[in-house]
Amino acid sequence: MTDFGITSFGAYIPRMRLDRAAIAAAHKWMAPGLRGLAKGSRSFCNWDEDAITMAVEAGRDAILGRDVSGLKAFGFASTRPPYADLQPSAIVSGPLALPLRLRSVDSGLTQRAGTSGLLAALAAGEPALFIASDNPRAKPASQQEMTFGAGAAAFVLGHENVAARLVGSGSSISNFVDHFRDAGEDFDYHWEERWIRDEGYAKLIPVAVREALEDAGLSIGDIDHLAMASMLRGGAAQVSKLLKFEGNLVDEIADGCGYAGAAQAPLMLALALETAKPGDKIMVVSFGQGADVLVFEVTDAIEQARPRRGVSGSLAAGIVTDAYLRMLSFADGIDLEWGMRSEKPAKTALTEQYRSRGQMEAFMAGKCGSCGTIQFPQLQYCARCHAPSDQFSDVSLREEPAKVMTQTADWLSYYPSPPLYVGFVQFENGARLQMEVVDVGPEGLDIGTPLEMVYRVKERDRQRGYNRYFWKAVPATGAGKA
Amino acid sequence: MATGIKDKVAILGAGCSKFGERWDVGSPEIMAEAFEEALADAGIERKDIEAAWFGCWGDGINVGNSSIPAAVALRLDGIPVTRIENMCGTGTEALRGAAYAVASGAVDIALAIGSEKLKDTGFGGLPPPFKGTFNDLWMPMGSAPAGFAQLADGYRTRFQISKEDLKRAISHVSWKSHQNGQYSPKAHFQKPVPMDKIMNAPMIADPLGLFDCSGVSDGAACAIVTTPEIAKALGKKNIVTIKSLQISTSSGRETQLSDWDGASVPNTRTAIKAAYEEAGITRPQEQVSLTEVHDCFSITELVTMEDLGLSEDGHAVTDVLDGKFDRDGKIPCQIDGGLKCFGHPIGASGLRMAYEIYTQLQGRAGERQLPNPSLGVTHNLGGVPYQGIAAVSILGLI
Repeated sequence: MTDFGITSFGAYIPRMRLDRAAIAAAHKWMAPGLRGLAKGSRSFCNWDEDAITMAVEAGRDAILGRDVSGLKAFGFASTRPPYADLQPSAIVSGPLALPLRLRSVDSGLTQRAGTSGLLAALAAGEPALFIASDNPRAKPASQQEMTFGAGAAAFVLGHENVAARLVGSGSSISNFVDHFRDAGEDFDYHWEERWIRDEGYAKLIPVAVREALEDAGLSIGDIDHLAMASMLRGGAAQVSKLLKFEGNLVDEIADGCGYAGAAQAPLMLALALETAKPGDKIMVVSFGQGADVLVFEVTDAIEQARPRRGVSGSLAAGIVTDAYLRMLSFADGIDLEWGMRSEKPAKTALTEQYRSRGQMEAFMAGKCGSCGTIQFPQLQYCARCHAPSDQFSDVSLREEPAKVMTQTADWLSYYPSPPLYVGFVQFENGARLQMEVVDVGPEGLDIGTPLEMVYRVKERDRQRGYNRYFWKAVPATGAGKA
Repeated sequence: MATGIKDKVAILGAGCSKFGERWDVGSPEIMAEAFEEALADAGIERKDIEAAWFGCWGDGINVGNSSIPAAVALRLDGIPVTRIENMCGTGTEALRGAAYAVASGAVDIALAIGSEKLKDTGFGGLPPPFKGTFNDLWMPMGSAPAGFAQLADGYRTRFQISKEDLKRAISHVSWKSHQNGQYSPKAHFQKPVPMDKIMNAPMIADPLGLFDCSGVSDGAACAIVTTPEIAKALGKKNIVTIKSLQISTSSGRETQLSDWDGASVPNTRTAIKAAYEEAGITRPQEQVSLTEVHDCFSITELVTMEDLGLSEDGHAVTDVLDGKFDRDGKIPCQIDGGLKCFGHPIGASGLRMAYEIYTQLQGRAGERQLPNPSLGVTHNLGGVPYQGIAAVSILGLI
């Protein structure tokens, strides 16, 4: 039997962080009890981030420097895909420059989608990329607004250099309705936590755990790391105690991230893999209308499989803010007065978008076959020697080092997160273009600031409900440097 | 070999409406205001005009597309009227159309009129323009000041100027224009503003504060052109001719290639080089009496002084601070207040500049009249410094 399993992985957590104390303070007048949850910070999507953009970043972290041409399948999971009928995996495949001949399946509809999707990809046994990306929304002043976060984790599955192989699994389904969200509704409806703990976690999870251990031929004492995704505070500790688990309880990334929906268990698996030693056994548990339990064995190849950013790098790159209304506005939770400038039309010509997909999706500059100048966008003739573009070859700017040449902070334009930082980005390979710069911390930007590229929502067409995506620059975190 | 249009075309008459927040009038009335002044100045009748060029930038807030609205507003019965749009170069582009028609011999008398009604948008500033279906996919949605503000970083990098020194110099640019504006009865802003207020104004696009940005105004300006011979025959005195009209449009080199350092506007340099050649000017710092340049933002004017060869490269900051371009300086700039204070109704601006130079050369500028000017340069910059249109004209006494 050929070996198969996780060959590389990656993660992304939005850099925006909100101190939970700021959320509690905003609601103190009507929900003083939230203060009890006011520890640390949670992640939240910048205005231009969503399950698609986070998936791209996690995917890039997983595939960086690796050959993806042999992939046969691409799986994506989220409970908050931006569209009801427009496939996230199709959108994500462009910026990741995945091969076009891919089988794809997108899933959601349960908190378990991240593990059930990964399990299905592992069961299929063919080279695949699987990404779970989620941005669970919560009502203002709800407990979930305090505890939720956002993030994405990605796994490349293959036959060579397997770093973690699945040695056992157990699953169940049950119409146990701990919470639900009606189609078309913004927010979940949650039942009492004590009932979920006693009748849900305590009864449904152990059954699946036993099945997984039997499948693996292991006992709980053989497990080194338990990664249990819990929407409830203290849920992982409760399950661990119940299972009489005495190993490493994987951090729930509550500080700096928060519960990331269907991406939570995959993020915790990624975190465990970032420090696991060869031979370690990792048990992943997720819950939602049943349970999924996956048992992995880490191999000697783990060192080479670790990502440059991962969960740890993402946690270290936070930009903490105390502006609660900023998070609320980014999540469409408040209708602010943006002025008449925001009335500008944002319709995307889908014909043009499709025609230009090569350079727009994978950020492909053109290298002139005549003079060698690298340029973006690729127009009809070389900007320098005027040779026709049919002599251009593609050069992606996604991972090309870059820095600020000139910049400004624009307070005049309509921009959902003022000021709009914009400037000339000079790439090391000679390409240059005006770009939006996002995730700028309090230190601002200056001439020469090193930059990295990210895939983001360029513009939201609120009238038609369509997002136009493109690449933007962010100040380099350093975590990303190879 | 082309010989250019030097002295082949004269300004027979010019007109300019009051600029500013013209809540009282719409586009047709404001065009008529400038048109009637020009007709009276030229001493001709409407029927003597054989062709017209109409410049207008934003059709969504004006009169709509095509030349028809201008022909209807001014009742230009059946003559060819051409609508022109070339961003902030629009007004100069209209003048070029009319001047070339006369220079070619196609017509004897032609009209150039530019008009813009920006204060019908409901907010301050310009409406965000549509960039095209392809460019919208990737171009950032920055404002006009965001595009020009970046000249500051480019300039600081090349000449190692501190942020503070550059801010002081660009503040002086605006301070000087406000000083000049008080002598321009048709200007949008006619009050001097103290330096500290300029320096400490709210930020629009770093380092440009509120007073580093030109006025957003309603206005119209026009010129009636003919040959110098006809002007003379009609009894025109102190005849002002067009020495040169040049336009340079970016092919995208600055944005796409890494050669340009962001400290100057190459299109301005290309256009003025051609213009000085056409006009036979070899020593601009000695020969040019005054300029009206595109001070859409203070930093633009500072950089333009070098681009026009009126400051040596790297010397604009000290020249500006030394008062070289003040009203009593060596080469006064924006004697009428410029875009900053006279106002910037986009399609009209190039023609407003020509109107001021013409008026100064004719010696009819009243309180702001300069002593014995003989040659003036106008300069517009459309688009953004890294991908734009430079439009220059040189006007002088014959």
